Amino acid sequence: MKDLSILIGGKAGFGIDKGSSMIASLLSRLGYRIYIYRDYPSLIRGGHTFTIIRASENKVAAHSDKVDVLLALNQDAINLHKARLKENALVIYDSDSVKSEGTGIALGKILKEENATEIARNTAIIGAFCKAVGIEWKILEDTVKKYIPKEADINLKVALRAYNEAKPALKIVALKQPLLPFFTGNESASLGLVKAGLDTYISYPMTPTSPMLHFLAAQAERFGIKVIHPESEISVMLMATGAAYCGEKVAVGSSGGGFCLMTEGLSFSAMAELPVVIVLGQRPGPSTGLPTYSCQTELHFALHAGQGEFARFMVAPGDAEECYYWAQVALNMSGKYQLPSIILTDKTLAEGTFSFDMNLAKPLPVQDPVLWDRKTPYKRYLNTDSGISPLALVPDKDATIKANSYEHDESGITTEDAALTKTMQDKRLRKGVHLAKELEEYETVKVYGNANSDTVILCWGSNKGVSVEVASKMGLKVVQPIVLEPFPLNRFKETLKGVKKLIAVENNATGQLASLINGLGLKVDAKILKYDGRPFSLEELEELLKGALR
Amino acid sequence: MKKDLGTYATNTWCPGCGNFAILNAIKAALNSLADEGLPMENVVMVSGIGCSSKIVDYVNVNSVYSLHGRGIPTATGIKLAKPELKVISHAGDGDGYGEGLEHIVFAAKRNVDITAIIHDNRVYGLTTGQYTPTSPLGFKGRSTPFGTEELPINPLELMLASGATYIARGTSHGLDILKKIFKEAILHKGFAIVDVLQVCVTYYNMYEYYDKRVYELKDHDASDFNQAMAKIREWDYNSDSPIALGVFYKKEAPTFEDRMAPAGPKIKDRTDKIKEVLDESF
Repeated sequence: MKDLSILIGGKAGFGIDKGSSMIASLLSRLGYRIYIYRDYPSLIRGGHTFTIIRASENKVAAHSDKVDVLLALNQDAINLHKARLKENALVIYDSDSVKSEGTGIALGKILKEENATEIARNTAIIGAFCKAVGIEWKILEDTVKKYIPKEADINLKVALRAYNEAKPALKIVALKQPLLPFFTGNESASLGLVKAGLDTYISYPMTPTSPMLHFLAAQAERFGIKVIHPESEISVMLMATGAAYCGEKVAVGSSGGGFCLMTEGLSFSAMAELPVVIVLGQRPGPSTGLPTYSCQTELHFALHAGQGEFARFMVAPGDAEECYYWAQVALNMSGKYQLPSIILTDKTLAEGTFSFDMNLAKPLPVQDPVLWDRKTPYKRYLNTDSGISPLALVPDKDATIKANSYEHDESGITTEDAALTKTMQDKRLRKGVHLAKELEEYETVKVYGNANSDTVILCWGSNKGVSVEVASKMGLKVVQPIVLEPFPLNRFKETLKGVKKLIAVENNATGQLASLINGLGLKVDAKILKYDGRPFSLEELEELLKGALR
Repeated sequence: MKKDLGTYATNTWCPGCGNFAILNAIKAALNSLADEGLPMENVVMVSGIGCSSKIVDYVNVNSVYSLHGRGIPTATGIKLAKPELKVISHAGDGDGYGEGLEHIVFAAKRNVDITAIIHDNRVYGLTTGQYTPTSPLGFKGRSTPFGTEELPINPLELMLASGATYIARGTSHGLDILKKIFKEAILHKGFAIVDVLQVCVTYYNMYEYYDKRVYELKDHDASDFNQAMAKIREWDYNSDSPIALGVFYKKEAPTFEDRMAPAGPKIKDRTDKIKEVLDESF
């Protein structure tokens, strides 16, 4: 088999998440490209958690409704998911606690006899899985040692017992292609920021972006960065402006609710020209909504957040490589143009895991800001043709550096003068014009699938993966605007030449990208919208597209 | 030679405003520190929004004119980025103890090495006369024409409980004490809070009231938490008891930025580090 889906399900606290990473690691070692979809409730123990690990010869970024392997650690995993089983699918279950057809292994008994804790259940069932699909013991041994170094011995004991009890059922063949590492969207965006010279990351925990906080905090020493978790998102954003005032490259992360609290700071960042990159991981609202599920509902909110009118850079990457690449661009552009940037992700992208191919995400050079030439007396907000005021960095004995949230003159002193107000507003907005011009050099809109098709799927963010795969199968074209502000209108129009039917695919109830496109005078013919907190599966999108094309 | 430290900005405070005393005292304190070798470029003044916060326009040093209630987190971000800087945060009582209360509590808790000067006139001036967190019970303001129905907070009691390591009070009728306290607060390593009973001549003229009641702390052991608490509680911002001025509490303790020092050296090119992470991911 060269394309398969494995579902592992059980109670939260059974180690489902780590178990799925171990399965992804095993399959990556065999040369597969993997994608993990995670579905878990907002609680610490209990409930039903499952992940679907997809492994394929080609890069994939979408889950399938049909699974080849079901690893059931509790009865729910059978009851809730048996409709997903393909014909002849392999079911491995804990025969001590689950009633099912397939391969039952007495996991409870093994755990008890080996004196292992509950959490070793995942390793045990993976042991049985490896035997059933023909993965060598040695590969499993290496993986367990890497993922559970502290309790490797006991985990290997239970895994080996389950391995020995299982029977070979199907064969996953090793592929002859370079092995790829795998990362979540959160990790990829973090690495992109780090690559572009991030000095400080500031965040208050909020799903789905907290894993960035955890990842960067754990890696802070290696990268030589500071990671701070303050008292609230208000403080997050304002601390970030303070760090930016000192010339640091700084990013913050949150979800919609936390971003609400950041908006006064966002507007301040724009007015005082203190650059901050905001990673906004979308999750369903309104309000607390579905904390651990996914959506694409903040496009308009993020585009218009903050009082007043100001230029911002906003980008919506669609997979791990794009998270890495565009996080670099965001930090670079924020620094160069001294304005806020927003990286829009969502739970599917942020917490989804993807094989990561560095060849698809070219590293960009670290950009330094335009610095004061020391020839004329320093003015923090010097009015230039580009709108970019060269920076002096505190402390500088020859410069008094005054940043200001009020309208201000070139020196940063508060003003209410009519002419100056207009001049300074024009100066700031001009940066957006120059930013848009520079972005013409970037691939801000991507095209996939059948370039000759006059039917186009319009998607953004995490819907890239599912849209591209379904479009390839159906012979359709896909257009994915990645930069959403300043909107790359010319390039976007170019990609739509000759299109007869434009179908927007979005995870929201109103078609936010569609309304943005309609507002630009282009017509979206149909909308396929899903807003139940779950991403489109391949089968589901294909069915809906067929309906839209009928 | 004394530097004027003034700017070309037109001063828009009312004649007789208590903020002038704070402006003069902070300039004097900075000049004195400059004489002792503090480079003025190492000073950053931060402010929130309100009459008090206009001070950053009037002093020719680095400054960030931040948002209402948000001077402290801005100042904290600056201090963490450049620990060598002396960061002074100015705010009014509505700004510092109302809108920004969470931040000042956390700054004290962290003992971040910044100085918070609260221009505590116990009324909103710029929004034309409403009650603040330190207005006495029954205060008649434009939003409470029949008098407030809530007691004031004692901000210094809150600061002591939160972990501030330098706590002092001054008034706008006591320039010498202000100069001394400001200088000491700036030099103090840790979170310093100075509550200045500044007077708003337009909306809450308390000059006479304070002049009758204030006295300078003597024979007070500022290193003693219990003594500090007792003296801080002597006046609760509501009753008519004597009002102590001077340093209530002073303690040496590790600061946030010392503990928060970057975990590793700054690395300009992280390409190799990222490759390491990639390689470890299998």
